[in-house]
Amino acid sequence: MVRVAEEWFAVCGGCEVSILDIGEPLLDLLPSLEFVHMPVLMDHKLFGQTGEKKHMEIPEADVGIVTGSIRNQENKELAEEMRRKCKIIISLGSCANFGGIPALGNMYNNGDIFDIAYRKTASTEAGDNPSQGLPALTDRVYSVNEVIKVDVSIPGCPPTPEWIAGALTALLQGKSFSLPERSVCDDCPTVREKKAKVAIRRPLQAPEFTPGRYDNMRCMNEQGILCLGPATRTGCGGSEKTPRCIKAYMPCRGCFGPIRAGANPMVDMMGALSSVGLDPKQIEDRMATFNRFIGAGRLRPMPTR
Amino acid sequence: MKEIVIQPVSRIEGGAKITIQLDDSGNVADTQVNVLELRGFERFCIGRPVEEMPRITTRICGVCPWSHHLASAKACDAVFGVTPPPAGRKLRELCNSIAYMEEHILHFYFLGGGDFVMGPDAAYEVRNVFGIAQKLPDVARNVVKVRHMCAHMLEIIAGKSIHPAAAVPGGFSKPMTEAERQKLIPMGKEALELAKFSIDYAKKNIFPAYIDAVKTVGVIKTGFLGTVRSDGAMDLYDGKLRMMDPDGKYEDFEAKDYLDYITEHVEPWSFVKFPYNKKWGGFSMDPDNPKGIYRVNTLARMNVADKISTPLAQAELEEFRANFGRPAQATLLFHWARLIEILYNAEKTLELLNDPEITSPNTRVAATPRAARGVGCTEAPRGTLIHDYTTDEKGLVTAANLIVATCQNNAPINMSVKQAAKLLIKDGKYDQGILNTVEMTIRAYDPCLSCASHDLNGQLACKVDIVGADGQLIETLTNQ
Repeated sequence: MVRVAEEWFAVCGGCEVSILDIGEPLLDLLPSLEFVHMPVLMDHKLFGQTGEKKHMEIPEADVGIVTGSIRNQENKELAEEMRRKCKIIISLGSCANFGGIPALGNMYNNGDIFDIAYRKTASTEAGDNPSQGLPALTDRVYSVNEVIKVDVSIPGCPPTPEWIAGALTALLQGKSFSLPERSVCDDCPTVREKKAKVAIRRPLQAPEFTPGRYDNMRCMNEQGILCLGPATRTGCGGSEKTPRCIKAYMPCRGCFGPIRAGANPMVDMMGALSSVGLDPKQIEDRMATFNRFIGAGRLRPMPTR
Repeated sequence: MKEIVIQPVSRIEGGAKITIQLDDSGNVADTQVNVLELRGFERFCIGRPVEEMPRITTRICGVCPWSHHLASAKACDAVFGVTPPPAGRKLRELCNSIAYMEEHILHFYFLGGGDFVMGPDAAYEVRNVFGIAQKLPDVARNVVKVRHMCAHMLEIIAGKSIHPAAAVPGGFSKPMTEAERQKLIPMGKEALELAKFSIDYAKKNIFPAYIDAVKTVGVIKTGFLGTVRSDGAMDLYDGKLRMMDPDGKYEDFEAKDYLDYITEHVEPWSFVKFPYNKKWGGFSMDPDNPKGIYRVNTLARMNVADKISTPLAQAELEEFRANFGRPAQATLLFHWARLIEILYNAEKTLELLNDPEITSPNTRVAATPRAARGVGCTEAPRGTLIHDYTTDEKGLVTAANLIVATCQNNAPINMSVKQAAKLLIKDGKYDQGILNTVEMTIRAYDPCLSCASHDLNGQLACKVDIVGADGQLIETLTNQ
C-alpha cells in the first residue's frame, strides 16, 4: 500500500482531471493506493477537521503529487509542508514544472496587473487591492522546482494519463520513471519536405489536409502555420503517438515544455524555422509565443515604454 | 469572540477558506468565504494575438476548458466579424453538450455525491468518491467508465478533451468523418442511459432523505441569469440573456450589452470580485435584505427558461417546477437541476450526432485581423460566461474583460454560507458534521474558484513606504 497526498497551488484543475482520465486502469491502481490528503476529492483539512490546529498539517505520505505554479506565500508553505511529509514528490503538469500559462504574468509588473483587475476592466467598480486574511503574493510566478526539490517531473498541459499511470506503477514496483527526450515532430505523422512552401502566416485559415487522415498532411510549419513541435517534448499523443493538437489539424503551442532540461525552445525554434526557409521575425508576439508554457524561469517584466 | 476557519474548502475547484466569527455567546456574528487564489488573465492576455485567446483562456479552468474555449472562439468571431458555417457551429455545440455531461457527472458523483451517498456527517475519510466506490461499487464503476467515455468522445471529435484547440475564429478546425460519427452514436446512447439512471436513482434514493435540508439549509432569495433561445427554451451554447428578478419578472438582453446590467464590486477580504445587477438599486449581501444579487448555474437556468427543447428533460422540468415553483430558491436544488441538465445534454448529443449536416467538411471560414471589440457568451456548466476582447488593427488584444460564472455566484455563495452557519451553529456548539453541512451549501454551486480567480495576478499584501521629512522615499518595506 502506497500512501498518496495531493496538493494544488495556482491551478486550473486540468491535471486533476487528467488523473481521473486514467480511467479503468485507475480503478486497478486504486487498491494499492491510499489517499491521505487531496482537497479536490477529499475533506482532510489543513488545520484539523474543526479548524482547531494552529499550523497547517499534511499527513505523512510515500508519494506527494503537486500541481500548479507557486503564486503566493501559502502555495510556498504548502509546497514546503508537502516536501517535509512526502518521501517522493511528483510535480505534475506544465504549471508545476515550468510555470505554465499563469507565468505569462511574469511579463508584467504586479502593480500593473492589480490595476487592471481592480480598477480598469470595463465592468469593475474601482476598489482597493484586497488583502484582509489573504496570503501575500510572491513577486513572480515560480515553478515548484524553483521552491522545493522535486523527484519526478511529469510535464504537459494537461499531462498524459498514460504517463501519470506509468509513474505511479513504476513507483509501486520500486522502479524509476523517465521521459522521452525527443520532439513532438519525432511522433508527428505529417509530411516534411524540409522546405516551406509559403511564408509564415497567422493561423486564421485552415491548413490543407484530408479529413480523417494525418499522414498525407504537409507539416504545419512548411504550410506557413507556426507550430512549436520542433522545440517541444513529445508525449502528448500517448500510445497513439499522433500529437493531440495535430489530431485537430491545429499547430502545437509547446504545452509539454522543452525537449530536455536545459534546452532553449526560443533558440531551437529560431533554428528550426530558419532551416526550412521561414523568417521568425515575422511572428507577432514572439517572446510570449515561444515561452507560452515555460515563463517561470524565462519571462521578466518588459521595460515600460 | 472566536473564529472558526475551515480550510481548504474541499471537493470544489480551486482554493478557498471559510471564516466564521462567533460572538461571546457562541452564535454566528459573521462569515466570509475567502478566495485565496489569483492568476491574472485579464492583464496577460493584453498583447497576445486574439486568435490565441481560445487556446490561452482554456487554462483558466481545466474542469470547464470547453466553456472558456467556446466563449473565447465566439468573442473572436465577433472581433473578426465572421460567422461559422452550420457544421462548425454544430460541432462546437456537440462538444459543449458532451463536456457538460462529463463535468456534471464529475460534480454529482465525485465532488457533491459524498455528502449524499455517505451522509453529511460521515467520517471525512470515507465521505468522498472512494467511500462511494466501496458502498456502491457497480454504480461507481459505471460512472467512472461513462465520465471517461465522454472525455474520449471529445478526443475523437476535437483531438483533445482538456484544453482543446479545435474551436477557431470562424468555426471548427476538425471536420467529423462518417466513421467517427458511427463510433460516437453508441457512446451517446450509453451516456443517455447513465443520465436516465442518475436522475431516477437520485429521486428515489437521495433527494427524499434530504428534503428537509433542501428546504432549509443555505436557502436565500435572489434573482437569476441564464441563456434562452428566441422561443424561451433553455440554450447552453447561444441565445439571449435573461435576467430574472427574485419575484420571477424578467428582462431579455443581448450578451454584448452586458455592461448595461452587470457591475463588479470589490471586497477587501476576497480576491474574487462580486458582480451584481446594477439596475436593482445597489449591492448588499445581507441575507435578510439583499440588493443586486442574482445567481447563475443549473438552478438559474431551470428558473429563467420557459421550457427545454428535448422531451425527457422537459418532463423532468415540469416535475421540478410542480414541486418547487418558479423561481425555485432552495440552494441544494442546484444538484437536482444538474441531473436534469445531464439528461438534456445526452438528448442533445444524440440529436446533433444524428444531424446529417454534422459531417459536412465545411467547418470554418477564414478571418482577417482588424481593430474591433467582440463579446462572446456561453452557458458554462457553472453559469453564464462572458469573454469581451478589444483588438488593435493587427488583431492584438488591447483589453480583455471576463465575467466568469462562479464570480457571479460569489455573493450568493457567501450569503448561503452565512444563512447555513447561523441556522446550524448555536451556543458555541459545532462539530465536523455541522461544518461540512455549511460547506455543502458551497458545493451545491459547484464553484470553480480557479475560474473565479482568473482576474488578478496579485501583488504585495502589505507594502510600507518610509518617507523622510523632506517627502523623499527612503525605503519600501514589504512582507514578501
